[in-house]
Amino acid sequence: MTPDITPITMPKFGLAMTEGKIAGWLVEPGTEVTTGEELVDIETSKITNTFESPVAGLLRRHVAANGEMLPVGALIGIVADAAVADADIEAFITRFQADFAASSDTPDGAEAADEPVMIQVGNHSLRVHDRGAGDGTPLVLIHGFGGDLKNWMLNHAALAHGRRVIAFDLPGHGGSSKDVGPGTLAFFADVTAQLLAHLDLPRVHVMGHSLGGGIALTLARTQPAKVASLTLIAPAGLGPQINMDFITGFIEADRVRSVQDVLKYLVHDKALIGRRMADDVLRYKRLDGAEAALRKVAEACFPGGKQGDDLRPVIAGADMPVTLIWGQADEILPVAQADGLPGSVTRHILPAIGHMPQLEIASAVNNVVEAFIGHEVATA
Amino acid sequence: MSKKSFRQAINEALRQEMRRDPTVILMGEDVAGGRGGSAGTADAWGGVLGVTKGLYEEFGETRVLDTPITEASYIGAAAGAAVTGLRPVAELMFVDFVGCCLDQIMNQAAKFRYMFGGKARTPLVIRAMYGAGFNAAAQHSQALYPLFTHIPGLKVVIPSSPYEAKGLLISAIRDDDPVIFLENKVMYDVEEDVPDEPYAIPLGEANLTREGDDVTIVAFGRMVGMANEAADRLAKKGISCTVIDPRTTSPLDSETILECVADTGRLVIVDESSPRCNMATDIAALVAEEAFDALRAPIRRVVPPHTPVPFATVLETLYMPSVEKIEAAVTATMNHRVTEKV
Repeated sequence: MTPDITPITMPKFGLAMTEGKIAGWLVEPGTEVTTGEELVDIETSKITNTFESPVAGLLRRHVAANGEMLPVGALIGIVADAAVADADIEAFITRFQADFAASSDTPDGAEAADEPVMIQVGNHSLRVHDRGAGDGTPLVLIHGFGGDLKNWMLNHAALAHGRRVIAFDLPGHGGSSKDVGPGTLAFFADVTAQLLAHLDLPRVHVMGHSLGGGIALTLARTQPAKVASLTLIAPAGLGPQINMDFITGFIEADRVRSVQDVLKYLVHDKALIGRRMADDVLRYKRLDGAEAALRKVAEACFPGGKQGDDLRPVIAGADMPVTLIWGQADEILPVAQADGLPGSVTRHILPAIGHMPQLEIASAVNNVVEAFIGHEVATA
Repeated sequence: MSKKSFRQAINEALRQEMRRDPTVILMGEDVAGGRGGSAGTADAWGGVLGVTKGLYEEFGETRVLDTPITEASYIGAAAGAAVTGLRPVAELMFVDFVGCCLDQIMNQAAKFRYMFGGKARTPLVIRAMYGAGFNAAAQHSQALYPLFTHIPGLKVVIPSSPYEAKGLLISAIRDDDPVIFLENKVMYDVEEDVPDEPYAIPLGEANLTREGDDVTIVAFGRMVGMANEAADRLAKKGISCTVIDPRTTSPLDSETILECVADTGRLVIVDESSPRCNMATDIAALVAEEAFDALRAPIRRVVPPHTPVPFATVLETLYMPSVEKIEAAVTATMNHRVTEKV
């Protein structure tokens, strides 16, 4: 690459993303941009996300126009010093496009291998996405009720620098088998422990969201030696209240519109919940056995419309570092449940954010997690 | 999840529903594959294009029945079996043959629920191949879904991809009303990721395969892929399209169509069936009646000429809608300017 010219390319926000649409440029050519400045809105089949500039410099070109759909890695813009001649930029674009077209014709390489796989763990067939490598203690991600490993689409790859990061679909969810046993947190914690044993991971950082947070806490109670730290995002188990309109609505919704309506409970910015996202969720909800599994989990974990497990004592007695992330505008589990915890628990209460901060404000959550498990835990 | 062809997806849906429910049976000409034919070999064909291959082997002759070449008898028998407790899936082979058994479909199966005061259930699926592009000439290439859509009491399904085919066929088999399930024969080798597990896509809900701001394109079956390709090309020119796959023509998800037209103000309908009284005219009328004020340009239809499907390859290609024709129609509707009357 020419040192004075930096290509801006279509990012890959998540596993399933193969292409993205330029939903709208936020910066016009001729503008100086800084690293991390919001550059362009990219729309994928699941979500619209703002792409931040990876470099500082002068934005010289929009190579891709608003509304244009392009594959991941395609050239969308050019950052270059003002001294670089237009002709040099044109030549660069031509060369890049030719190289990109040629590489697109080659067989899938390492990128294609970065996919979830099905793993048989005991009686369960689990969809597992194992990414990254390095010396760092591995991190395991546990999604919430009705979710799947794609709930971490904006976090998984970002956190997989220098460590393995493993996301998986809980039984009854996503592509995993639909037997949820008694449907309790203890059951899911046991399956998680079985998965860790299968992967030969004696000790891991655990990040859990919502129901997954309750599972993480239960794992910390039953198998504390396996848990190096807990990152809890709006976790279950810290209070009785839960929005059952979401739980029952999600179980019963079988149409795009009804799913879309209940998914809006998850975020503060309702515009994030698109029809395609709802359709993607429905693909798993439609599988035979999925609805019955969700119903069983809801009955086991939220009897009488309340949370059945009280996990506050687990946090109070935890030997491992704990950090808590919660959206102030959470409509599923009230943020007040984050109150009254031991001082040792670091709390990050995020204003104007709903129940899924890892989706709604992914970069900030990634930074918190990276700092927590990458630095604070390491020096604890 | 694995890549499956349109043909494999349909076969898997049949197999899984037959395993799940012992009342599901298959019947039709050569679905068991040549039994009684000159070869006399069981499961040799598995239907004329191999869609039911392997099912005779697994489920045997009591559940996979080869029938004589008399559509009136076996479609009638299937309708009778449905009202008396079985869930037959009858294969009509080429939909063009419906002329031989239209009374059994139109005057019998379709009307049982209505004429028996809602007390009769007719869980019958009639599978048939439709569509041009196969050089199968005028008697084997029609897209007759408007004919079935016209008849009250029938549900009409037109899957547009392998994923859609499996989920919609499972829903059709589980449905308690007669369903016409139409498979475009040109699509049998199209592949995509399809879950290995059974899943049911509800009948009557449209699918948006693209979302855009400028033009709504409604397309059916094989035409959905063409509309998507046209939308992708148009996006590069700065024209963003919503593409609607209604999935079923009866029931029709009118609400989604009207909502999308209200958003974009422009409508192009792609329909490979004969142009008079087809789905394109039906939807054009719907939008003209319910959303006229939302329109910023005349509705455009991409449809074949009013003629039998030609055999000659060149003529058949000219006859069919294409990506280029869709692109041109969208561009024309974008370029339309309303002239104010003085």
